Amino acid sequence: MSKHDITLNVNGKKYELTVNSNELLLNVLRDKLFLTGSKYGCGIAECGACTILKDDESYFACMVPAVAADGWNITTVEGLADGDKLNPVQQAFIDNSAIQCGFCVPGMVVTSTALLRENPDPDEDFVKDYLRGNFCRCTGYVAMVKSVLDAASKMKEAK
Amino acid sequence: MTITENKNFRLVGNRVPRHDAIAKARGEQLYSDDWAMPGMLYGKVLRSKYPSAILKGIDTSKAKALPGVHAVLTWEDVPLNQEVTKFGQMRDVGGGFEGLYKVLAHGKIRSKSEPIALVAAETEDIAEEACKLIEVDYEVTEGVYDPREALKDGAYLVSSEDDTNKIMETLVRQGDVDSAWDKCDLIVENDFYTTPHDHAYLETECGMGWMDENGVITMRVGTQVLEHYRTIANVLKVPHTKIRNMGVPMGGVFGGKEDITVETFICLLVAATRRPVKMVWSREESIECHSKRHPEYLHYKTGVTKDGHVVAQEVNIVMDGGGYTYCTPWVQMYSTINGAGCYHFPNSSCKSVSAFTNNTFSSANRGFGATQTNFSYERQMDIIAKKLGMSPYEFRRMNVMRNGDMQHTGFIPQGHVALTELLDAVWNKLNEVPYVDYLPDGRKFGRGIACGQMSYGRLCFLHDNSRVALRLELDGSVTLRAGVPDLGGGQGSVLAQIAAEEFGLPIEDVHPYVMDTHLTPLCGTTTATRQLYMSGNACLEAVKPLKAALARKAAEIIKATWWPVSTEAGYEWEPDIANIEGQLEFHDRKIYYAPDPQKSVDFKTVIAHISNEGGELFNEGQFNAPAVEVPDLSDIKGQILPDMTYTCHGVDVAVDEETGEYEILRIIAAIDCGKAINRNSCEGQVEGGAIYNMGWLREDLHWKDGITKANSFATYLIPTAVDAPDVETILLESRGGIGPYGAKGVGEPADNSICPAAVNALSDAIGVEFFCTNVKPEDVLKALKEKNNK
Repeated sequence: MSKHDITLNVNGKKYELTVNSNELLLNVLRDKLFLTGSKYGCGIAECGACTILKDDESYFACMVPAVAADGWNITTVEGLADGDKLNPVQQAFIDNSAIQCGFCVPGMVVTSTALLRENPDPDEDFVKDYLRGNFCRCTGYVAMVKSVLDAASKMKEAK
Repeated sequence: MTITENKNFRLVGNRVPRHDAIAKARGEQLYSDDWAMPGMLYGKVLRSKYPSAILKGIDTSKAKALPGVHAVLTWEDVPLNQEVTKFGQMRDVGGGFEGLYKVLAHGKIRSKSEPIALVAAETEDIAEEACKLIEVDYEVTEGVYDPREALKDGAYLVSSEDDTNKIMETLVRQGDVDSAWDKCDLIVENDFYTTPHDHAYLETECGMGWMDENGVITMRVGTQVLEHYRTIANVLKVPHTKIRNMGVPMGGVFGGKEDITVETFICLLVAATRRPVKMVWSREESIECHSKRHPEYLHYKTGVTKDGHVVAQEVNIVMDGGGYTYCTPWVQMYSTINGAGCYHFPNSSCKSVSAFTNNTFSSANRGFGATQTNFSYERQMDIIAKKLGMSPYEFRRMNVMRNGDMQHTGFIPQGHVALTELLDAVWNKLNEVPYVDYLPDGRKFGRGIACGQMSYGRLCFLHDNSRVALRLELDGSVTLRAGVPDLGGGQGSVLAQIAAEEFGLPIEDVHPYVMDTHLTPLCGTTTATRQLYMSGNACLEAVKPLKAALARKAAEIIKATWWPVSTEAGYEWEPDIANIEGQLEFHDRKIYYAPDPQKSVDFKTVIAHISNEGGELFNEGQFNAPAVEVPDLSDIKGQILPDMTYTCHGVDVAVDEETGEYEILRIIAAIDCGKAINRNSCEGQVEGGAIYNMGWLREDLHWKDGITKANSFATYLIPTAVDAPDVETILLESRGGIGPYGAKGVGEPADNSICPAAVNALSDAIGVEFFCTNVKPEDVLKALKEKNNK
């Protein structure tokens, strides 16, 4: 097992780290940077609880070797809000009661944020298709899909 | 039927954001895997490779010698290796309800992945390596994997301690079934099978523990049952005061964290190493090792008259308990009680037997035995309706329970029975979309309806109770303490909402502190759809004396402040204190004299007055559910459960007749929630419940001889956003429940009648009956081929 020096930009902060070759980005975020918002759910990129953004694109942190993320510009769920002001997706999830146990919510709001950056005016089918990589066992997705559409329309109004 | 006072609510019934919603949206909510401590070790479990074997020996010497390993434990290291799993603060009820299991395997291995040894090491990698170095000597045995086989004479014995595989036998009967068949014009017999179902919560079993400075083993582990601390203490042979769980919100449970998961293992390793220990199960470990919904084989024989009245029904159920008892006897009670379904007819019998097998153990899963029978009787009713040439809606409506009808145990429930209203609501809603044979895209259309009943609150012979504590703060806010495990249903928030409603405060003025075995009053389990009912009522009990004291003091202050009043006619003398007290209203952080709301006093001023006089500003309230003795299991009679929640689901499907692929187009989900306390939470349960058990249709663990082949999210496929149709929720509020403000519980009932409704729709679409909860496209295709070959 070899050791590697890497640099990560996470939520606007730069971190210089030494990681093992077998270490996963998810574990580095959680155990070394104490950003525990990203969750372990399956370890095989099926459930989406570990979703993070690399620039504007979503990734499953449980499948990314930390060495491969060297130099990445990462946003985790903790980086979505601007101080006390939640991002529109987070706010919509609260307003539409899309949060039950909340374990999938970090990944869900990160993916939804990426969705709205890619397509600010999605329809229901687009949202459902985009969220297919994020499992939720509590809500049946109904309120979540509604939340993303709500966030989209609020963002449009704000413009 | 309970008629509750029709009061004007300010908070109750609203869409109130939960107190923890912001933290969850920000990713700041800490779950069981989010805790760490200096010097923390990692725990791992070595599990059996075989579902059936005799454990001949375990050699841990190589594992113990591995650098970085701090402890390797086997059954010999567990102070009490066979224990009684106790669910909550129940008394010992006996009668086979003990839920026996072993902490670590000894003697016969009863299922694959049964825990054999525990390891604590410096890193996860070392702990895993140590597990590989443990040498286990197995004598593999043939095992038994079907409960019907397990019950036969000469069957392989699953347990080393028992001389039979039978766990329990129960019977509910009413009238005289045997002589009733002659009165029937049509008798229909069918065999149904309900598949094992995984909870597949997103958070696997995990947590950490440490020994505090006073020798108390303290955990941060999410569990549905905080009261397990007693069982864990018994296993470690330490006083109950020395095991503490500072409970953590759970990332989903659905019954799967009702049994002990990591807690005992963590505590044993902490005790052995005196270091903090963390344990996290992988997804594969989680699916292979935690309980499943009981697979059940159900035989239904039903007799009806030609005009559509059910006369008699005989039900025989065989349940697969898996390797250990756990919740099987309790689940079996639910299956037996609900076997006859939500229908009223004079002659019925429901007999059930449960058996050990070498499958993964069965235990609680949302619906708890009621959902297996619900599937079967609702399929049976559909089949009978067709044979009679009646609409499934009309046939059900004719036979469902109504207010005042006796359940099959001879008990008349106190709560409202809303089945006819629910059936009407769903049928009307379904028919807003015209029925067609084929959709414009060429797919075959089908429509199904099903209703059901499921209790809220635990079995009455458990003598269930709950406590909530309130403290009025000097600034007018309220601290609420309750040992209520929050699994995501908003169990803590709803209590704050009730207290805020009663005290006339905004929701943010009441903060709930929840789930600590030794610092919050014990509320009992978050299972059995009981928390709103039990702890909601306990919260009202806690409010009562405080509110009375506040009212008395407020009346004094109002009297002293506002009277006597000078009027043209002279002085208006004050009413007496009791008169004022009886006409006060609490709202907007004030207490008002209702006849003249100008006369009011601030909530916090009243608190200040009471405090200055040394009055009590705290109270713990207790609520006790109706209690009965354990029934005679060979002839169960009377009140077994506190009350029922009734549901009805309607489903439209589209079937591609060439591929068998089908799509659930619509789900109408109707429930009588009595009173929606938090409308959003209520709808969330109904929507989530519908999709949860819609998943039962397609999710397949691929069990084969005790092996779970689908042990990951790549193979065990739960519904995604694409699979989930919109759920059109109909909340009926009869105010006829026995929870706070006439509420009923919704958590489990919400997932009850969806699966039969969907299968009824599929059968309607292709004209072939299905008898299993699991209907995959290949099953549809096979059925179509067989039909066309006939």
